[in-house]
Amino acid sequence: MALVSPDVYIKQRIAAVQEYSILSGRAIADVFTGPHYWADVFTQMDSIGVGSMPIIVLTGFFTGCVLALQSVTALQEFGAVSMTGSLVSLSMVKELGPVLTGLMVSGRNAAGMASELGSMKVTEQIDAMRALGTDPVRKLVAPRLIATVFMLFFLTIIADAFGIAGGALVAVYLLGLNGNLYLHNSYRSLVHGDIVQGLTKPLFSGLIIATVGCYFGMKTTGGTQGVGRATTQAVVVSSVFIIIVDLLVTRAMIGIFGS
Amino acid sequence: MSEAIPSPGAATMDSSDDKIPVVEFKDVSITFDVKPVLQNISFSVERGQTLILLGPAGCGKSVLLKLANGLLGPDSGSIRIFGKEITTMRERDLYALRAHIGMVFQESALFDSLSVEDNVAYRLHEEHVPVDEAHTRVVEALKFVELEQAIDKFPSELSGGMRRRVSIARAIISGPDLILYDSPTGGLDPITSTTIIELVMKQRDVSHTTSLLVTHRLQDAFTLATHRYDAAKGMVALPKDGPNHGIDDSTKFLMLNEGNVVFHGTTEELIHSEDPWIKEYLE
Repeated sequence: MALVSPDVYIKQRIAAVQEYSILSGRAIADVFTGPHYWADVFTQMDSIGVGSMPIIVLTGFFTGCVLALQSVTALQEFGAVSMTGSLVSLSMVKELGPVLTGLMVSGRNAAGMASELGSMKVTEQIDAMRALGTDPVRKLVAPRLIATVFMLFFLTIIADAFGIAGGALVAVYLLGLNGNLYLHNSYRSLVHGDIVQGLTKPLFSGLIIATVGCYFGMKTTGGTQGVGRATTQAVVVSSVFIIIVDLLVTRAMIGIFGS
Repeated sequence: MSEAIPSPGAATMDSSDDKIPVVEFKDVSITFDVKPVLQNISFSVERGQTLILLGPAGCGKSVLLKLANGLLGPDSGSIRIFGKEITTMRERDLYALRAHIGMVFQESALFDSLSVEDNVAYRLHEEHVPVDEAHTRVVEALKFVELEQAIDKFPSELSGGMRRRVSIARAIISGPDLILYDSPTGGLDPITSTTIIELVMKQRDVSHTTSLLVTHRLQDAFTLATHRYDAAKGMVALPKDGPNHGIDDSTKFLMLNEGNVVFHGTTEELIHSEDPWIKEYLE
């Protein structure tokens, strides 16, 4: 890789942020203005939502299991084993469900978007689309944005549910806790603010996954090697963004709901 | 060859003033990073003309074609298409303008997830043309390029030459007023190249569509300049009678070298040019 001077490097980074912001802004504007490519939206919903179901179910379930096992060890010291359900449900709904779902979908779909659009870019299919009078942002980015935000919301709910169920399974069958007590504590400890917090995060994660994946795809250069590079960058950047935005949303929600 | 495709679809651009050039470049320059690709390029293409862009690889021919379609923006200069300045045009207006421009890409650029029919009908589907009408027009366009049997295939099932023909069908289906051919014979064997050039010739001589054609193959360029498509006989012929030894004045050449125009004129002028670089290039 060629070395560049610090000022050139900074200019390149600022230009990249500008390009990303413009692309995201145009995609968001396209979501709220017609025409929409609904067939593409539903195809993407199937690919992102239904296609990601197995990994989300497995991730949620086993995370809930591990969380129950780990928390019991710590709670035993305080004689608060009965609070296992509460700890698992709060952790899953507020934090682990949204973040892990975001990261898993990022690994699967941000990579998919970057490689698909990147391949189209290097084979001039995106230029051909523009030459045929179609706006590629409206046709390719906006449907992915709508589908990711919409489906990630429901995938997070599924991950939360399977996480709590996994925790219950471990609590009852491995740790010998009372199932009713576990579920009662799980339900009782969740308040309105927790649910809002947990379900606000996937909206931001969905936005990040779609816009970052599409941005790296649309700016791909350098043939098949460039497609590989774009795919890696999309996953890395979207994953880091998801975790940073998670912190910001959590802080904002604590400010709003107080806990 | 089968009969020419009619020109339905997109309404033709206002042709009330035929004196306005279809394509007009004035002092156009573009630089990629620090490398100047085109420098102060000026030329124009009149209605019905075919301009063949010649030059060595990497001299900026494809970039020039993308500038003409608004796919790239110049650093300086003016580009007018159908009399409209496109360098300051909004992207939304460019999409509307492109409805009147067909483009054949260097590597065909077919949508690999769509069938041949959906590729050719792409623009019609975007314009919400009824399915039956779109199908009829796709069949006509594919007959024009003699590929109607491939209608249900996918691009990955086609040879390079077939993909290029599908790309031509996609470009002409809406009856554009300007066609941009970016190296339509690049990477093809001589026989397939001749087939493609004959299709370009057929489109030129039957529909009289203004076109810009990029090539680095001299043989293709001169075949296009010297031969005619005889619609009555349905075949390509070499006219021997008429002025200029039968060479059509509506086909002109623009030669580029290192981002500069080194020649712009007719076939006769090109052949008799005394410029040492041009003579060496032609030899």
